[in-house]
Amino acid sequence: MEIPYTISTRPDTGLWNAKVGIWLFLASEVMLFGGLFSAYIFLRLDALPGEWPHGLLNVPVGAMNTAILIISSVTVVLAWAALKMRRYRAYWWYMLVTILCGIIFLVVKLTYEWPQKFEHYGAKLKPEALAKYEKYLGNERRTEKGLEPRVEITGHLENHEALADPNIKEFEIGLDPVYVEPNNPANDRPHFFYVPPTDHVAKIDKEDVERNTSFGPWHNQYFATYFTITGLHGLHVLGGVLVFTYMWLPVSKKVYQRNPEHLANRVEVSGLFWHFVDLIWIFVFPLFYLL
Amino acid sequence: MDASTSAAAHHESHEHHGEHEHHELGWWRKYVFSTDHKVIGIWYGVCGLLFLFFGFSLMMMMRFQLAYPGHAMPVIGGVLSKIFGPGTMDGGKMAPEFYNSLGAMHGTIMIFLGVVPVAFAAFGNFVVPLQIGAPDMTFPKVNAASFWAFFVGAAVMVASFFVPGGAAKSGWTSYTPLADIADKGPHYHLIWNGQTMWILGFIFLITSSLLGAVNFITTIIQLRAKGLTWMRLPFFVWTQFVTAFLLLLAFPPLEAALVMQFMDRVAGTSFFLPTGLVVNGAAVHISGGGSPLLWQHLFWFLGHPEVYVLILPAFGIVAEIIANNSRKPLWGYKSLVFSVLVIGFLSFIVWAHHMWLTGMGSTVSAFFQTTTLLISIPSVIVLSAFFISLWGGSIRFTVPMLWATAFLPMFGIGGLTGIPLAFNSADLYLHDTYYVIAHFHYIVAPGTIFGLFAGVYYWYPKATGRMMNEFWSKVHFWPSLICMNVIFLPMFLQGMLGMHRRWYDGGQGWTIGNEHVWGLSGFQWNTPISWAAWTMGLAQIPFIINFFWSIKHGKKVDDNPWEATTLEWTAPNRPPHGNFVITPVAYRGPYEYSLPGREKDFTMQNEPVEETERTRRRPEPETVLA
Repeated sequence: MEIPYTISTRPDTGLWNAKVGIWLFLASEVMLFGGLFSAYIFLRLDALPGEWPHGLLNVPVGAMNTAILIISSVTVVLAWAALKMRRYRAYWWYMLVTILCGIIFLVVKLTYEWPQKFEHYGAKLKPEALAKYEKYLGNERRTEKGLEPRVEITGHLENHEALADPNIKEFEIGLDPVYVEPNNPANDRPHFFYVPPTDHVAKIDKEDVERNTSFGPWHNQYFATYFTITGLHGLHVLGGVLVFTYMWLPVSKKVYQRNPEHLANRVEVSGLFWHFVDLIWIFVFPLFYLL
Repeated sequence: MDASTSAAAHHESHEHHGEHEHHELGWWRKYVFSTDHKVIGIWYGVCGLLFLFFGFSLMMMMRFQLAYPGHAMPVIGGVLSKIFGPGTMDGGKMAPEFYNSLGAMHGTIMIFLGVVPVAFAAFGNFVVPLQIGAPDMTFPKVNAASFWAFFVGAAVMVASFFVPGGAAKSGWTSYTPLADIADKGPHYHLIWNGQTMWILGFIFLITSSLLGAVNFITTIIQLRAKGLTWMRLPFFVWTQFVTAFLLLLAFPPLEAALVMQFMDRVAGTSFFLPTGLVVNGAAVHISGGGSPLLWQHLFWFLGHPEVYVLILPAFGIVAEIIANNSRKPLWGYKSLVFSVLVIGFLSFIVWAHHMWLTGMGSTVSAFFQTTTLLISIPSVIVLSAFFISLWGGSIRFTVPMLWATAFLPMFGIGGLTGIPLAFNSADLYLHDTYYVIAHFHYIVAPGTIFGLFAGVYYWYPKATGRMMNEFWSKVHFWPSLICMNVIFLPMFLQGMLGMHRRWYDGGQGWTIGNEHVWGLSGFQWNTPISWAAWTMGLAQIPFIINFFWSIKHGKKVDDNPWEATTLEWTAPNRPPHGNFVITPVAYRGPYEYSLPGREKDFTMQNEPVEETERTRRRPEPETVLA
């Protein structure tokens, strides 16, 4: 028994099966990420003034990752076109580049972007204690200028033991540059390039602090959505890389030798998926890095 | 079989190919890990029916607690206590937490492990390819993956009863923040606890329905037989088509919500946890800023289309059976098709009518109230078309027809009692009472499940080559019909008296000084309802025995025992891998019953249109005048 239209098109619909299938699958994916992005919108709209942080991610690195994904989207099309022209060698190289781009993206995410967040701490201050730390926050000037207040002090936590030990009464935080010069107009907007925490250590009474946690998903709604959405996106990238690897390995060359169109179709549908994953990132990048 | 190897077989030789099919599939590949849509459909059906009975059993246990609160359950109480472990049925008495688990899991199991697998996956898998004249689904392996994802999800759900603390207990809707903080703490495992396993099981079920939905839609678009145009599709195929779209598009937002609830429970996020949340008198150490309402929106964005996922396949089954047994074309085929399309579309924009009590504001309420009432229009068109189809027919009261005709008034009651709930002012009073329970159970239990039984009795001969025993089918039918009504009709009264759906003691304390209806107070009605529920449990025994006994001992029948017109009846009984002996071609619509001037009163879709028929169909002007 054979299923019709696995490779050739059905005349009245003009489509082969997997192409219908992948578009339906992508429609479902749109709804999945749509649910998460709508959560982002509602949580951000609900956030109190000053509670949605800005400028905590490394924009050049994010931009590089964006470029990498876009390049891989181009190379996967070139790979498909090479198959259509029956140039297997070229296909092999383009596919390799695509796979490597996907891997680089994941490596950057997992070895640099995510771990860096877990080393960064933010002490959210109790509302009544904000005035006490005015020299770090610069809220008087911000109120005058109509800017959102600063409600937490972030940087590198120098005394980790303070988190667990009730006898230590203060947190020592190696401040992020913003809190060293809170009234410098240059700090009103997030920096494009990443600036590491300074050597300037501030001592903050534990009693004045509501919560002091690292920038994990537990830190605030921004990081919760950031890790959830980029995590799910990362899983999609991983899935794409695995599928592409399968199509790049010798096992798929046999498919090509039997019927090149079959492999071309497979590359086409997985390429469509890859473009979708790329498109999601095109939304993720501005939402988390820029806005 | 791999698509590439099938291509290979094609390239080599055709004779060799056939041999390949019959000899290489071992028993396991043929009957268990099969990629054949019929085998998968039957697996789905058997698992789904078992889960329906399992979910119903959970409710039968709860009904004891409601009728006799605080009493030890006789005979089986001790056994249940052994099965479910300490803290559940100690001394045969049901613990409140266990009652909550049973309630949450009854809903989850009945809907997601029972009705959807049977209505959509089982009937869709078994019947749709046959009805459209296809050899199989477009993606047989994906189809098998869908079933096994379902299997894993179901296993996780069932296993959650046996982890410390028991299964999920925050209602089948798992409203936050309650569900976020349930089953958490020093006595619970981070992952292997009831609520988290509920989430994980659900993610597998969603994967399963996603794979199924993609497959169904693609199959219907791509593999229709030659000549089977869209308006020649049997109505059942249309309902499955729309249902697949609902599953495809409505489930993912819930999956997003589940991922977020999982993060809340495991990674310490606060998606659904508001600032200043206090649990057991102590502030919780969370970042806060989350929105419990967000969960409700995402949940009901699935939840409402899900209602139509449950009912549309039943519409389809009932339509097939009514046309077949009234020996008349289905009345208003086109309006039926457009009605289900409109229902499908509107079902995505009515969800907030489940949330009237959250205080959404009058503008939003007015919008959702309007769309909710609008969706009753196509629903009424469907039901009216079914009733009119009966009009003037030569009705055969076969067993499937009994269930199908019972479906009509039962669904009618369920639908009409939903209208007061659509109005937010009326709903403020009725919300979360037994009235709501009665309303949706009339739609899903004597509605959908009757439709499913109708379908089982109707297509059973195609799957097995034998008929189910008619006498025992009627012994199944009549008590089920009576018991359903004894169970759910009084619940309307209980609800209007103000009985809350989640009361563990069935409203025992609240009965004091309460008014009586038909001689019993709201609380006292619990007893007859419970007895009816247990009787209905007994009434399923003839079905279970009949179902298995008839596989070997039922009356043998030919390929078209109901004298039906659609393509599945042109395939041999117990269709082989690949389904059809001769690839079918459709020449006419799906319900050509009682065509004038024909010997028999049914004309199958694959019978070519004869020359005489053409002329009769376009009568000359003078014949009309004469």
